[in-house]
Amino acid sequence: MTISQTLISRAAAAVDVSRSARSSKPSAVVMLVAVVVLVALPFLVFSNVTDTMVNLFVLIALASMWNLLAGFGGLVSVGQQAYIGIGAYSVIALADQGVSPFLAVPLAAVTCVIFALPTSWLAFRLRGDYFAVGTWVIAEVYRLLVVRVDSLGGASGKGLAGLSGIDQTFRGALTYWIALALALATIAGCYLLLRGRLGLALMAVRDEETAASSVGIDVRRAKRMVYLVSAAGCGAAGGVITVSSLSVNPDAIFSVQWSAYMIFIVVIGGIGYIEGPLLGAVIFFALQQLLADYGSWYLVLLGAVGIAAALWLPRGLWGLVRDRTGLSLFPVGYFVRERGADAASR
Amino acid sequence: MNWLNAVIQGLMLGGLYALFATGLSLMFGVMRIVNLGHGDLAVVASFLALALISGTGLPLWIVLVVTVPLFAVLGYLTQRVLLQRSLSSGPLATLLVTFGLSIVLQNVLLEIFSADTRTLDGGSFATGSFELTGSISVGYLSLTTFLLAVVVLVGIQMFLSRTGLGRMLRASSDDRETANLVGADSRHIYGIATAIAFATVALAGLMFGMRSSFDPSIGPSRLIFAFEAVVIGGLGSPWGTLLGGMVLGVTQSVGAQIDPALTLLAGHLVFLAVLAFRPQGLIAGRTV
Repeated sequence: MTISQTLISRAAAAVDVSRSARSSKPSAVVMLVAVVVLVALPFLVFSNVTDTMVNLFVLIALASMWNLLAGFGGLVSVGQQAYIGIGAYSVIALADQGVSPFLAVPLAAVTCVIFALPTSWLAFRLRGDYFAVGTWVIAEVYRLLVVRVDSLGGASGKGLAGLSGIDQTFRGALTYWIALALALATIAGCYLLLRGRLGLALMAVRDEETAASSVGIDVRRAKRMVYLVSAAGCGAAGGVITVSSLSVNPDAIFSVQWSAYMIFIVVIGGIGYIEGPLLGAVIFFALQQLLADYGSWYLVLLGAVGIAAALWLPRGLWGLVRDRTGLSLFPVGYFVRERGADAASR
Repeated sequence: MNWLNAVIQGLMLGGLYALFATGLSLMFGVMRIVNLGHGDLAVVASFLALALISGTGLPLWIVLVVTVPLFAVLGYLTQRVLLQRSLSSGPLATLLVTFGLSIVLQNVLLEIFSADTRTLDGGSFATGSFELTGSISVGYLSLTTFLLAVVVLVGIQMFLSRTGLGRMLRASSDDRETANLVGADSRHIYGIATAIAFATVALAGLMFGMRSSFDPSIGPSRLIFAFEAVVIGGLGSPWGTLLGGMVLGVTQSVGAQIDPALTLLAGHLVFLAVLAFRPQGLIAGRTV
């Protein structure tokens, strides 16, 4: 037996390593109940409530995707609106070909992956801050290219075909469910992705890129994977936005405003935690509803809160919650506990 | 002759882009800050000038003389109060803070001045031009802007290479800790760099305002021009920024000659091409 084996077996005898926090089981039950209630919501409340909830789900999905990209992949992008736009226009184009708009939403995610693959080659030539602005320019290029295509409505945008025959209430409920499915899928997707081999690789890359690559992690491949998943999620979100608004406008759908929303939701909620975007989106959504009568002042407030969070609360509100309570709804790390003692840490 | 005209107008426009990009390049070179609020600051300067002119009735040149130093002071304060704090929390924090600033500035302008497009009235100076040949004429304003850009860039270059403060600035940029050890106060020096950057942004904002119309939401698209000029020319070299601005200006101007809808796209495509095939920029300079 070598020294290292001896040391490992001795260490293993003293601690338990598990992948779930103590609080994980009860919180899983609570989340399951919450999901069941959310699924049943169209039967329980009026459609104006579910219609607003669609916006919340879209925000959750977008923020989760940005969190995956920046918080776990270290890729701070200001250009994810490229994929929101491509997703939205995919749904429009597919619906024109006779595909059901609801079926077109997952297909929009696939389209975005196809576009993201060559784009990533270009974008990955930029590092750090320049990646941020570079992705933004790429989004602008996509917008300028789309408005040149006359069959997509040019600069004035286009309406969504293929939904006129469906009953309005039923259409509302279907839109709600597909938005809910999107939000759940992005959260579950992040969770499964990060618990696996890729998650471990990503966190190593995020913490120290050179060290990660020296122990054999293919840094570029890990980052590209995250970029593609994030593009797919944003594309599907763009599709849902189109299905819910029934039309698309190039300036609005390719607007950098989406990036502002994503970034501030994640920063306020807590970057690098799966729970962060969820909490941030709920807060953002509540602010939006509360301050709806004050015009763009809510964006001023949002910007100011974002600046404050970046300066004084770098791990966001969820970081605060976690420090106080140790709560973790989606644990992706490892919990090490000394046997017999209560000391627990990630 | 139309093509030659497009190239000449593009070169003049490029001067404005270079003037505007100087601040972005300087802040990145010295502090590694990409200021995402850069474009909005220029728009704030335009609106401030507009408000001053309509409020006090002062002529434009006095407003210019007031606005530029005011922005320098604002820049110094922004660096000391806001950006310095974010520097210690890592690169993501600076990006977030400047992006937050951009959103705040845009929406405050929107609330105060509404979404209407405005222009700064430069009088006969802004509309007048002289003829070079029968078909090519150069506007006084474009030529002045171009010369101003050259003067500012030469001035910054001289400041960095010849003065004591410039030397400390370069030292802080190369290695902040060591510069601090030998007596440079990096916080003060960073403040100076940001003050210069803000002053040039204000100047560029006023020139933009006289040249074309502006509204509160135009900042981000202008930031992209500045960013493109910096990357095309090559990071950290004032001459690179001038060259980058001119390449961008000529590309946009020639693109517009082919089809007005191609103006922006042509510029972006040249930027992406430089990114793909010559990521260090046309003139690979040292930092600052």
